Amino acid sequence: MDAFTTHTGTAVPLRRTNVDTDQIIPAEYLKRITRTGFEDGLFVAWRTNEPDFVLNLPQFAGASILVAGPDFGTGSSREHAVWALMDGGFRVVISSRFADIFRNNSTKAGLLTVLLPQEEVEALWKAIEEDPSLAVTVDLENNSVRYAATTVPFSIDAYTRWRLLEGLDDVGLTERHLGDIEAFEAARPSWLPRTLPAPAR
Amino acid sequence: MPKTLAEKVYDAHVVRSTEGEPDLLYIDLHLVHEVTSPQAFDGLRAAGRTVRRPDLTMTTEDHNVPTLDILKPIADPISRAQVDALRRNTAEFGLRTAPMGDRDQGIVHVIGPQLGLTQPGMTIVCGDSHTSTHGAFGALAFGIGTSEVEHVLATQTLPQYRAKQMSVTVDGELPPGVSAKDVILAVIAEIGTGGGQGHVIEYRGSAIRALSMEARMTICNMSIEAGAKAGLIAPDQTTFDYLAGRPHAPQGADWDAAVAYWSTLTTDEDAVFDREVVLDAASLAPFVTWGTNPGQGLPLSASVPDPAQIADEGDRRAAEQALAYMGLTAGTPLSEIAVDTVFVGSCTNGRIEDLRVVAEAVRGRKVADSTRLLVVPGSVQVKAQAEAEGLDRVFTDAGAEWRGAGCSMCLGMNPDQLKPGERSASTSNRNFQGRQGKGGRTHLVSPAVAAATALTGKLTAPAALEKTGV
Repeated sequence: MDAFTTHTGTAVPLRRTNVDTDQIIPAEYLKRITRTGFEDGLFVAWRTNEPDFVLNLPQFAGASILVAGPDFGTGSSREHAVWALMDGGFRVVISSRFADIFRNNSTKAGLLTVLLPQEEVEALWKAIEEDPSLAVTVDLENNSVRYAATTVPFSIDAYTRWRLLEGLDDVGLTERHLGDIEAFEAARPSWLPRTLPAPAR
Repeated sequence: MPKTLAEKVYDAHVVRSTEGEPDLLYIDLHLVHEVTSPQAFDGLRAAGRTVRRPDLTMTTEDHNVPTLDILKPIADPISRAQVDALRRNTAEFGLRTAPMGDRDQGIVHVIGPQLGLTQPGMTIVCGDSHTSTHGAFGALAFGIGTSEVEHVLATQTLPQYRAKQMSVTVDGELPPGVSAKDVILAVIAEIGTGGGQGHVIEYRGSAIRALSMEARMTICNMSIEAGAKAGLIAPDQTTFDYLAGRPHAPQGADWDAAVAYWSTLTTDEDAVFDREVVLDAASLAPFVTWGTNPGQGLPLSASVPDPAQIADEGDRRAAEQALAYMGLTAGTPLSEIAVDTVFVGSCTNGRIEDLRVVAEAVRGRKVADSTRLLVVPGSVQVKAQAEAEGLDRVFTDAGAEWRGAGCSMCLGMNPDQLKPGERSASTSNRNFQGRQGKGGRTHLVSPAVAAATALTGKLTAPAALEKTGV
């Protein structure tokens, strides 16, 4: 995955709670077997059915930071939701609460999810609604979101931060511990189920 | 130090633990389906990696499969390509698979337990959020994304952080007509869709202990709808009786060793939960969702809520948007809402006991003229069992459609979809906008409410059905 250090761009206010991954990308778009090209499915129902949906508004075109309501990314485990956001040009999502699987998936693909208190989300919504061209900087090296004269710190666990800053692949990191995995496997009880060989019928 | 059940299972699977890094957790069983795996296999190929433990991996086809003409090639070329990709990948990497037409095929969360692959104390993952279903056996089971699917295929492990611990205790006796589905819908309405975020939920109490394994699966299945990482229930005699004799269950001396271990898998008396929720079983009633997230639910005897009465601005706005999407007016009694389609199926309520409940209710009666009842078994074996019991005839005699096994209208990746504006009562798990088809409107219900609703054409509690004598 690409490293994430600091990103400056414009932001879009998504004033909705409980944005589930079916809204981020509906199931019919999950039939593809590629890892890119999901931007056409991003929020497609809202973009199609609601002319005043925030991503349809010209003043927010080209935004790369999504500022969402609480419980963003609930529902299905589809990592396609993260890919669709990235294919749609987003590098950062800010919310006061993320669903666990979505947040975890985002860290694997290099989309930064920033957890801010709801009052900071509200303040940012207000600022970008007043000035959609406002430059917002999300700085992972200094753990802060900056816009105009405002600086808001955020916290992220040190390990995930390091992985994102370095753009590291988890599988490669885990393979350094192959010896530990082999030792664990040697001690597993023999009665644990195995799928192969398939039982005789 | 006293531990919860979930902590015991977690601790027994830590391969490596180092300060400042996530733990490396061993995975006992990896379930794979066609939708969330193709990019993971591509990743393995690109890096020249193999599947570390094919013998701990089980694959099947469920999300895309049609429920009619299942022995013909899939008509939708994109669905067919995805299923074909899984077949190529399982052949290339030497994995066990249960393709369409195989007697073990079905929804991945139905076939794991059915084969006896799901056992107490295991760690189980799948690229599917409803993996929490397997927690019913006292396993730590959770959904993962495609990058993690690749990680498990390559290493049979996952980097993990410890989750917080939550207990949901349901004591007492459930009233007649109230089932596991009503319990979990009530839990989600109580704590909200983010209430379990960061937590593993252990369901406890006499009402939970009294449930069958299939009912326990219904409860654990929807832990994700409460935002939890996983949900589980301590194994007991009910669990052991369910497992005994299944194809992958231990046998002979292995069985005794396994039961001895499984019997230790309970939360220690003075273990501490980060959050505790208590519900009185006797106070629960048939439950239904009125909105577009699973937390927007009420007893069926209530009316559509008035957003103006909701204090929190975010919740109020969400309720307004939900009512607009659902085409509902505040104050309408929920029992007056007419539905076009009733869907019985899914990993939540697509097992044999669910089908028996529905069959018993519709036996000798007719589905309302205005309504279509679609019954989709969760697996080929559930289908065979239902047919052996004559349930298929009961359904078709009542005017219902009896289909092949798969995820079907739970998420409409196959042709089983609602049309724009159509309304369903569904035994599935998500009432999200468009979930069952573009513009479709979903009310989540139990199998008993689904059956009563199919007969009257509007949302109906099982008890109300007896009174009206439909």
